[in-house]
Amino acid sequence: MALTDTIHTQAPPTLKAIIGGLIAVAAIAVPFLLDGFQVFQATQVLVLAIAIMGLNLLTGFSGQFSLGHGAFFAAGAYVTAFFLTDGSFPYVGAVLIGGVVCFILGLAFGFPALKLDGIYLALATFSLAVAMPQILKLSILTEWTGGVGGLVLMKPEAPQGIPLDADQWLYFVVLAFAAVLYCLVTGLISGRTGRAFLAVKDNPLAAEAMGIRVTNVKVLAFGYSAMITGVAGGLSALVTAYVAPDSFTLFLSVNILVGLVVGGVGFIPGAIIGAIFVHFMPTAADSVYQGLQGVIYGIVLIAIMLLAPKGIGGLFRR
Amino acid sequence: MFMKRPLAIAAIVAAMIYPGIASGQETIKVGNTMPYSGPGSAYSEIGKVMKAYFDKVNDEGGIKGRKIEFLSYDDGYSPPRTVEQARRLIERDKVLLLAGTFGTPHNLAIHRYVNMRKVPHLFIGSTGNAWNDPKNFPWTVGWQPNAHIEGKVYGSFLAEHHPNEKIAILMQNDEYGRSFIAGIEEGLGDKVSNIVSRATYEATDPTIDNQIINLHKTGAGVLINLSTPKFTAQAIRKVADLNWHVVHIVPTAAASASQVMQPAGIENSQGIITAAYLKDPTDPRWKDEKGMVDFRAFMAKYAPQANAKSVFSVIGYSMAQATTYVLQQAADDLTRDNVMKVATNLQGVELPLLLPGLHLENKPDDVAPIKSLQLTRFEGETWAAFDPAKQ
Repeated sequence: MALTDTIHTQAPPTLKAIIGGLIAVAAIAVPFLLDGFQVFQATQVLVLAIAIMGLNLLTGFSGQFSLGHGAFFAAGAYVTAFFLTDGSFPYVGAVLIGGVVCFILGLAFGFPALKLDGIYLALATFSLAVAMPQILKLSILTEWTGGVGGLVLMKPEAPQGIPLDADQWLYFVVLAFAAVLYCLVTGLISGRTGRAFLAVKDNPLAAEAMGIRVTNVKVLAFGYSAMITGVAGGLSALVTAYVAPDSFTLFLSVNILVGLVVGGVGFIPGAIIGAIFVHFMPTAADSVYQGLQGVIYGIVLIAIMLLAPKGIGGLFRR
Repeated sequence: MFMKRPLAIAAIVAAMIYPGIASGQETIKVGNTMPYSGPGSAYSEIGKVMKAYFDKVNDEGGIKGRKIEFLSYDDGYSPPRTVEQARRLIERDKVLLLAGTFGTPHNLAIHRYVNMRKVPHLFIGSTGNAWNDPKNFPWTVGWQPNAHIEGKVYGSFLAEHHPNEKIAILMQNDEYGRSFIAGIEEGLGDKVSNIVSRATYEATDPTIDNQIINLHKTGAGVLINLSTPKFTAQAIRKVADLNWHVVHIVPTAAASASQVMQPAGIENSQGIITAAYLKDPTDPRWKDEKGMVDFRAFMAKYAPQANAKSVFSVIGYSMAQATTYVLQQAADDLTRDNVMKVATNLQGVELPLLLPGLHLENKPDDVAPIKSLQLTRFEGETWAAFDPAKQ
């Protein structure tokens, strides 16, 4: 990929601040303008956006492909659920532990992945996604995973004194996670590590010549990416209040990838656009013509790729 | 031309006004989730046939003049999606009840939510053991007999008719296999010591030949084969190879004539025993029986694209009939409370495609509507009734 792909002119700071402020106000207003079901949907979209942001860090900035991020999502969800089955553990802590576990898993997977490039790495991660539901069903793990039946967890309620219902509260919890992670990721990208990521993505040889440890950078990118997606998984467990192997099939990994491409590879705010697409497109296609929803979905996807080759998010960038 | 246009306008106006006149009342909204896409899409036949059945009910006048609106959404066989669709049905569409929602993990995912919302959650498409818990989940009523009940049927059959035979058990090493054991032991009662050997296999194993050979060596006269279809077929074949003449029991989930008995060899499958609760559309016993004739006519008229030979169609048909029955009985007071009152006090409700002698029967502290199964035996190319007393 050419260098010009990832370095782009920034919008003027004042304009950026205004847009950022408007988005923040809109995001906070959402749960008060919509009914419970829509708030629930918005929360799901946010969760998916966090997962896509995780993959974006890996693919968009360090140039590694993954078809298996659903597996990290699942791991984060299960770790979180495991701590919350009896309802006494603080849920934010459980989600964070899920993130840490996924960070370690990501590093562990990042090492063997070093030997693989491009499409071969995509296939290796693909196997991870295929294996995950079966691993979760393994009888030796049933004590912790609940087997095919999965785990039911307590849905967090708003603390005493805050006049929000469970849906609204959960939305704000997820929004807070999304905001913090967004700041962390943008901070990371604009700093030293981010430039190292980009250098490795654009030209590993040149990066190495400049003194960047390509191995470390690639593995680290995998770790961070898995961690963010794992946090998203943990939040999804809170939102659904239930985890089961069938929640984390290969489709989930594909959806995260589709969301990334539709939102725009290498464009962090694109995650929200991608998440909206992935979440609502199947239902929208279904309402157009039941029985051909897959075809409609595919046609729309192809149309987006033709009209906006850099994703819908790419249309907003110059 | 001049005549036609006013006529057409009149027709359109009439069509626009007509529903208002005809119903006068709101429709009765029944919600459902089904895997129309994704890995479980084969099961969606159930939802399509349910929809077709409610169409038929509406054509025949509905429930006391009110039409049933069956809202069935795709969950892609993914539990989080089931939660979303269930919330859509309950919060947006404001359905009166959910009926026939499909899948064990999928129903577990919405179990607490629907009970918190106090929405009737009736006739669930799942074999799980969790649906008969009215103390904790008073709004949920299951459907088919669970593995515990099925195990008990086999256990009591063996205790009564093969009290002196040693029993060998082959079991898939997961909840599926394990879920039968307690029931079998309960059914055997004091004959539980007849179980001489138990072999397990993992769902990932390539073959189970060794397990069968080891069980054969114990000299058991009964083999209870708690396996999934691929392994059931292997086991049937191996038992025949060993020339082991054994009373061979397979679970109803692995009793598909086309997917298990044919691959294993029809001649090797003769005499195998399983338990069933519905009439199989391919069973020649029911060919001219009224319930099955009606079913075929219904399928031809309302669901021509669905497979009339599939047991899933029979399940959808029967679930829709049960739901219709509940709505009819509760028609004078269509509140959720009254629906539950009817749905947990079913007494001797006959459904045409339940096996003879079975009916829907439950009470508020024991809500499972189908409590028994009947033993059937593989004869010729299909399952046939058999009377254990007369063999």
